[in-house]
Amino acid sequence: MSITLQNISKQFGDFKALDNINLDIPEGELVALLGPSGCGKTTLLRIIAGLEQADQGEVYLKGDNVTQQPVKNRQIGFVFQHYALFRHMTVFDNIAFGLRVKSHRDRPSEAIIRKKVHDLLNLVQLDWLHDRFPDQLSGGQRQRIALARALAVEPSVLLLDEPFGALDASVRKDLRLWLRHLHHELNVTSIFVTHDQEEAMEVSSQIVVLNHGKIEQKGTPSEIYDHPASDFVSRFIGQTNVFKLDEEEHFWLKQSGVIVDESQGIVAHVRPHNIGIEKPVDQAKAPVYLKDWQHLGGTIRLELNRDGANGSGATIYAEMPNEQFRELALQKGDRVALRIKHAHWFN
Amino acid sequence: MPQSHIMPGFRPALGFTLLYLTLIVLIPLSALLLKSLNLSPEQYWGILTNKRVIASFQVSFGAALIAAAVAAALGFVIAWTLVRYPFPGKKLFDALIDLPFALPTAVAGIVLATIYEPKGWIGKWVIEATGVQIAFKPLGIVFALIFIGLPFVVRTVEPVLQEFDLAMEEAAASLGASRWQAFIKVIFPNILPATITGFALAFARGVGEYGSVIFIAGNMPYISEVVPLLIITKLEQYDYAGATAIGLTMLVISFLLLLLINSLQWWVRRRSGQL
Repeated sequence: MSITLQNISKQFGDFKALDNINLDIPEGELVALLGPSGCGKTTLLRIIAGLEQADQGEVYLKGDNVTQQPVKNRQIGFVFQHYALFRHMTVFDNIAFGLRVKSHRDRPSEAIIRKKVHDLLNLVQLDWLHDRFPDQLSGGQRQRIALARALAVEPSVLLLDEPFGALDASVRKDLRLWLRHLHHELNVTSIFVTHDQEEAMEVSSQIVVLNHGKIEQKGTPSEIYDHPASDFVSRFIGQTNVFKLDEEEHFWLKQSGVIVDESQGIVAHVRPHNIGIEKPVDQAKAPVYLKDWQHLGGTIRLELNRDGANGSGATIYAEMPNEQFRELALQKGDRVALRIKHAHWFN
Repeated sequence: MPQSHIMPGFRPALGFTLLYLTLIVLIPLSALLLKSLNLSPEQYWGILTNKRVIASFQVSFGAALIAAAVAAALGFVIAWTLVRYPFPGKKLFDALIDLPFALPTAVAGIVLATIYEPKGWIGKWVIEATGVQIAFKPLGIVFALIFIGLPFVVRTVEPVLQEFDLAMEEAAASLGASRWQAFIKVIFPNILPATITGFALAFARGVGEYGSVIFIAGNMPYISEVVPLLIITKLEQYDYAGATAIGLTMLVISFLLLLLINSLQWWVRRRSGQL
């Protein structure tokens, strides 16, 4: 089901949580709302769900204006950051809850409920836990039960608030892929909130980047990564080196043999893997040297410093494949020349 | 034995606990038991089956149960109001809740009696409107015990309500539950154990209550005479054996009832996965 947001604004006291948000989410997408903490992403999700009211603006689900509808009428499934499982009910009863509170007319029989709950438990691969209480489950299991509970009412939109936020790294990795596959299987329009750009890139089909209550950019993961629309997006998604091309820096860049393609702005953002490293022609003149390097698995991250510079801006990060690094045979302290293969320009 | 606890001192702590429990609870209670052994079973039975004694037991336990139930319901609502809604003077109101704890019970009894007596401020109005007299009737005892028991319920329910995860309510709503369903199926079961604890405390306190009750009860034998008053009466008549017999019986019944309430508590917690 498609979701449309029109001119959504929300204020908490003096703080503008959301500032005139317009957003269209087509049917069947798996969208990540990505942004730093306090950017308004959770508030936006809660407004779509109806758990929060916008000060102004309209929410449309499948073309119907639901702005005035309470959450229980919106046919959404909501997965809470800390699961919010009913701790006095077994896993089975938790999942059956949404079916059992239906009005007499729409309520399925106990037999159908039982079958449906077990189907869902099988879907999340946890049928063997049906008679446990939430307190007896691990974080990852609770998260999957929370998802099964939300799916029980066959929601037309699935909303997930930081679904993996409270889990440890390895469980998180598994669940990300699992969620992506599950979405593939069910094809229900889903939005999840995250502050982790890697998670957004890995799981979603569309990313909406939010900052200070505004949408910075919307697009597929590769669009966002390869063509960041703003300085903020470029910094937030992946690591980047920032070069301000004021006179001083321009001077040293030239000096150090950094070759920048035609400049199109005053700030250049360069991803670490877009910086090439070469042996300099004239060792003595090159101001940049290798300070340290780290093994990241398939790639090596090089930490480069330049003479006479200090502070955070003075360190340049470059990445290259393992093999290439071995061929270069660089030692700590060696002088290097930089070749910038690609940069994003901002004013 | 390897040290497996972070805090040392299990033995001295247990020792102190047992020592004080013995000095303050066990020895006095055993003295009561010993004293009653002076009576033959027939004598004991004779005292207990006295009509006036039976009537006073009915009044005491009946009034305490009703009052604890009312206090549990009212206390739940008050705790809910205090936790969920902001209103002016909330802090002051919150402090007022504890007043019955601090007030000398006799003062409470006199005040309640003055207000609820047939010519008192509220008593007059109630008797005109409904014909029901509150003070100097068993109903007066219930009123006094509600007053005494209320803070126990509020103070046990309040922290549990404060800790209640609001996301659970939101989850219920997102699954299509109405407010009423969310309350009955999600909120209430989570608060019930605390409410039962409050009920048990209010009941236990109410059964033994003397000071506030005697001023409002009217103290008519067979009708509105509570057990503690009967014990005092016996003592004043130097009937120590009789007083002990009644006291011991009261102790046993109270203990059994509290045991029952605690098992109910245990059962509720277990059913709801809180054990």
